Amino acid sequence: MNTDAKIVQRSIVGKGIAHDSAARHVAGEANYIDDMPELPGTLHAAFVLSPVAHGRLNSFDATEALAMEGVAGVWSAKDVPGHNEVGPIHTGETLFAEDIVDHEGRVIAVVAANDFETAYRAAKKVKLDIEPLEAVLDIEDAHRRKNYVVPVQEVVDGDVDTALADAPHVFSGKLKMGGQDHFYLETHIAYAIPGENGEMLVHSSTQHPTEVQHHVAGILGIHANAVECQVRRMGGGFGGKESQPTIIAGAAALIAAKTGKPCKMRLKRRDDMAGTGKRHDFVVNWKVGVDERGRILGLDAEYLARAGNLPDLTGPVITRALTHTDNSYHIPHARFVGHACKTNTVSNTAFRGFGGPQGIITIEAIIDTIARELKLEPNAVRAVNYYGDETGDTTPYGQKVDDNRLVEVTDAVLASADWQQRRAEIDAHNAANPVIRRGLAMMPVKFGISFNLTSLNQAGALVHVYLDGSIFLNHGGTEMGQGLFVKVAQVVAEVFQVELDMVRISSTATGKVPNTSATAASTGSDLNGMAAFKAATAIKARLTRVAAEHFDVEEEVIIYREGRVHADNRSVSFGELAKMAWAKRVQLSEAGHYATPKIHWDGKTMKGRPFFYFSYGAAVAEVAIDTLTGETRCLRADILQDVGSPLNPAIDLGQIEGAFVQGMGWVTCEELWWDKAGRLRTVGPSTYKIPGSRDVPPIFNVRILDNMPNREETVFRSKAIGEPPLMLGISIWLAIRDAIASIAGSVPQLDSPATPEAVLRSVREAKGRLKDS
Amino acid sequence: MSNSVRFFLNGQIHEASVRPDTTVLDWLRSAPRLTGTKEGCAEGDCGACSVLIGHVDGSEVKYHAANSCILAMGQIDGKALVTVEGLKTGELHPIQAAMAENGSSQCGFCTPGIVMSLAGLAAANPQADDEAIHDALAGNLCRCTGYRPIVEAARKVVAAGGAEITGPHVAAFAQIEPQPLLAEGGAVFHQPASLNELLTLRSEKPGAILLGGGTDLGVALADYHTDWDEVISLGSVREMRQVRETENHLSFGAAVTWEEVLARVGGHYPSLATLIRRFGSTQIRSMGTIGGNIGTASPIGDGPPALIALGAEIELASLSGHRFLALEDFFLDYRKTELRPNEVIASVSIPKPKPGQEFRVYKISKRYDQDISTVCGAFSIVREDGQVRSARIAFGGMAATPLRATEAEQVLVGTDFDERAANACAAAITARFQPLSDWRGSAEYRLQVASNLVERFRRDVAGETVEVMAL
Ligand SMILES: Cc1cc2nc3c(=O)[nH]c(=O)nc-3n(C[C@H](O)[C@H](O)[C@H](O)COP(=O)(O)OP(=O)(O)OC[C@H]3O[C@@H](n4cnc5c(N)ncnc54)[C@H](O)[C@@H]3O)c2cc1C
Ligand code: FES
Ligand code: FES
Repeated sequence: MNTDAKIVQRSIVGKGIAHDSAARHVAGEANYIDDMPELPGTLHAAFVLSPVAHGRLNSFDATEALAMEGVAGVWSAKDVPGHNEVGPIHTGETLFAEDIVDHEGRVIAVVAANDFETAYRAAKKVKLDIEPLEAVLDIEDAHRRKNYVVPVQEVVDGDVDTALADAPHVFSGKLKMGGQDHFYLETHIAYAIPGENGEMLVHSSTQHPTEVQHHVAGILGIHANAVECQVRRMGGGFGGKESQPTIIAGAAALIAAKTGKPCKMRLKRRDDMAGTGKRHDFVVNWKVGVDERGRILGLDAEYLARAGNLPDLTGPVITRALTHTDNSYHIPHARFVGHACKTNTVSNTAFRGFGGPQGIITIEAIIDTIARELKLEPNAVRAVNYYGDETGDTTPYGQKVDDNRLVEVTDAVLASADWQQRRAEIDAHNAANPVIRRGLAMMPVKFGISFNLTSLNQAGALVHVYLDGSIFLNHGGTEMGQGLFVKVAQVVAEVFQVELDMVRISSTATGKVPNTSATAASTGSDLNGMAAFKAATAIKARLTRVAAEHFDVEEEVIIYREGRVHADNRSVSFGELAKMAWAKRVQLSEAGHYATPKIHWDGKTMKGRPFFYFSYGAAVAEVAIDTLTGETRCLRADILQDVGSPLNPAIDLGQIEGAFVQGMGWVTCEELWWDKAGRLRTVGPSTYKIPGSRDVPPIFNVRILDNMPNREETVFRSKAIGEPPLMLGISIWLAIRDAIASIAGSVPQLDSPATPEAVLRSVREAKGRLKDS
Repeated sequence: MSNSVRFFLNGQIHEASVRPDTTVLDWLRSAPRLTGTKEGCAEGDCGACSVLIGHVDGSEVKYHAANSCILAMGQIDGKALVTVEGLKTGELHPIQAAMAENGSSQCGFCTPGIVMSLAGLAAANPQADDEAIHDALAGNLCRCTGYRPIVEAARKVVAAGGAEITGPHVAAFAQIEPQPLLAEGGAVFHQPASLNELLTLRSEKPGAILLGGGTDLGVALADYHTDWDEVISLGSVREMRQVRETENHLSFGAAVTWEEVLARVGGHYPSLATLIRRFGSTQIRSMGTIGGNIGTASPIGDGPPALIALGAEIELASLSGHRFLALEDFFLDYRKTELRPNEVIASVSIPKPKPGQEFRVYKISKRYDQDISTVCGAFSIVREDGQVRSARIAFGGMAATPLRATEAEQVLVGTDFDERAANACAAAITARFQPLSDWRGSAEYRLQVASNLVERFRRDVAGETVEVMAL
């Protein structure tokens, strides 16, 4: 298919157009689910959550809760008419705990009342009889016990043992990296409205309406065709609303079905943070063999991921970690092993990057270690390892890197960041300043675009043209702030060459476009944009035939421009053409479907071409650290990101900046803290600190790589943008390492996040070495 | 007695008959269904619920941002409440327009709160620089944008001269004078206007909650953890809202907010002003009071260590009279104080700087803005001819109460405060404290930082730049 054909000029695609809801956002007029008018009789729900990490649930007593005025009832596992299941992949992942509670914050029951406050208070009054069991809280402890939620995964290429045995230098290490709470500003919410004949309409703040639809049907024991899930917008998702919304929507729908009343379930922030999953924290043990130039000869890496109590999406998260351990570097002999460790903590889940950040921070820590051990400049070590003619272009999982932009991107960012001069300035500063140290680092990111699981790479869209020339657009993608709706609308407006506001953007709804994939893996605009493009193009082909007949010209002569359809010097408005087509009984509606070509993946051998293409980016970060307190600050960041030919550079810029700052939070201030009993104690913004406005580097130069259309035939040759720049935030962590390394010239012992405490510990370790030597 | 809270709601007088301990956020979203104001956390930390509160200050109406999630309806009696819906007067307010044009929203959920904070800034400080913009945004989290486009929108509005809030004139506030007693749904809310009325109420109702700005008390309210059946609010007590300056002292009524304290201390103690700018956020400082910070007696509060190092004294008042205490003597044990059931903290008095005095306070936290201290260390020395004549050192986050490090002070006296003296002082600090480990930091980290701060202080008074945020 030729995606560029017949578009005379790109007048709408490629423009930096504001988010479609911007004017309503600022006026407080953009409605989220909690803002919808409530139907009379609406019930409000709150969960009863386990206060202990592991135990046998003997019974619970809701007498006191039920006696409260306004309480409508309490429901638990035994009340589920269908299946007590909410897992995205596996069965056995229950909505309500059955006889075992296996993490603090585990859902045990749900209470409904006439108002939210009563429900929330009543939930706290339910008395639980739980017999405590031993809790496994530590990743490595789970690994020792061989407690896993899914089988081990291995990416193996070549003969790593021989490569390591023969290597001139072998280094090894252990890296611990923390998890991350999504901290979308809107907590999980669903509003279930029962209809006649067993129907259920569920408004859910979800990235995956199809999954909500199917699980609600499963829970209620009805067919999927009786359930519709709708979502207009989310107040942020970041992966946290990919699989988790089924828990909330499932409970709300159960109550609605049981009582016949509408039921809204909104989580208080602490319940959201205790009860739903986060980014996986990992421990990685690695061993690398290199030559004198730092060229990697072999890498053996063992990943231990905290799955939490259930598999959820841990399997695919590990797959992506293993397929991103190479990042931008050719690794001739590799063995990457991933264990999904089962612990008595909340099941971790998708989070922007989806294992990619964990893989990439690992290899970047390794590169940094190699450079410091061999006293080489880290960027020189990077350069000798980049994919390319001299090294190789096949990844350890068998995909060819045939769209390589690494050298362009990294050279350009080093130049625009003025690397050489600043490196010298920083070294001079450090030589003169014992207390405040500075650090500088550059890193590239190569990120694979597509769901690793091939079957998920499909999407549908529905386009109607009405007789006034206005266009209705619906597709399977959801809007969580990333600007997907405006991008897809731009695609459709471009096809018809009409004003953008002639395209009406509508809520995602399972009744309009069925069987969709989650809006995830950065694929939203690639998949849905292309499906909408195909639908619009099909209608346009029919309209063109009508126009050619009308003007009595060849179809080639027909041109769409500025809301009109032209044949030489004659024209009709787009609406007039629609009316003509209708009069000729031509179909003005189309469902488009798109499946990403070329990709395949064998989950057994862990080989294939999982990604349609790669996206490239690079960042340079400068930090200052205080060696007395461990406080750090990023002073400047320079970013260059490849987005192909962007559909909307303004939206893409926002994605890059936001992702970078989120990545910065992951590696610096965001720390999840469990107490010895396995209770998460960072369950609100007072204790869990995401970056604030002053944390953003005061010099923050973000650029999009110019004029670089995607080599693959994506929609208007654009590239995905949601996830890749998040990993550029790791450059800040590398710069902190660089600052610490300036103390003793040794390899910094630093885990992630680099909180002030972690940095001070590492600084003291370096100072200790200085004294010893 | 009145059963309704009376205030201006987006310019119109409104009477709401609700329990006065209903949060403003819950009320807004339920009764008038003004749903532009969002709940992101219900603990005062994310800013999604920000609204503007207007009150008469001399001859003008002043507006400040506040967290409606931890604000009780009783607290807006006699005030003007502006929500995002009320900001737009026909066309978008300049900050709304700038944010819409500038790509300042993505998911949009934080946006109304940010609009309100920046509208507050644009009205209060049309000359705001970047630091002031960050101060205004410190109480607002955005998870999507990375803030750059938000800061840029603020810069644009400031560059255009700011923007006023349209609302009722000073005279109109006469129609909504604060009502002495609100009662509805079993909850009672007293608003005494004078110290004497307050002390009478206090002795009659020792069980009633004493409410300053509610930035500590409101958090449990927002979590539906508690009800306030009987409240005595301090916000209208004339004497407690005053600031007095004498030759040697600055004296703050206990109900003076941190934002008001900030306006008065910078000239005397710049380091104290820096600390206060990091105290919560603009929203928190505009409501939270100096008396409440002491009354709450938190071991991790920021006011006490700084005030103890400065030698502050507090006035405790009851119908039986007034007594004065050095602040460090007020704290007895974990959240236990000298306050008697019939007493209130009436004022806090801070000595002005003496010749040769150096004062610094350092707050160490995971995030620079809007965070609770892991350790807060305050140092004050008076030097004569280079020699330390007296020293006061106090810490928060290191014990069950804010605590002075007397031995460490003694070590410094008589020295030139050289590296050796600093080391000895640091060692005395290490010996003095046995802090706890928690999510903000381990005991080891706290001890290490507390003792390292002596070295920072030494370099600081010698003129070095010692903080990464000052770069
Ligand atoms: C998001 C957020 C951020 C915060 N950040 C900080 C921070 O950075 N540093 C910090 O130190 N604190 C911080 N706090 C805590 C709080 O803001 C301060 O302690 C504030 O000074 C409390 O004052 P208030 O008037 O709001 O107290 P209130 O909540 O009204 O009262 C607190 C306690 O003091 C008592 N009390 C109040 N006034 C008197 C009086 N005159 N006499 C006797 N007792 C009285 C009350 O009865 C109550 O027990 C933060 C709070 C929040 C919600
Ligand atoms: S809801 Fe987060 S500050 Fe009020
Ligand atoms: S725009 Fe989503 S949180 Fe700010």
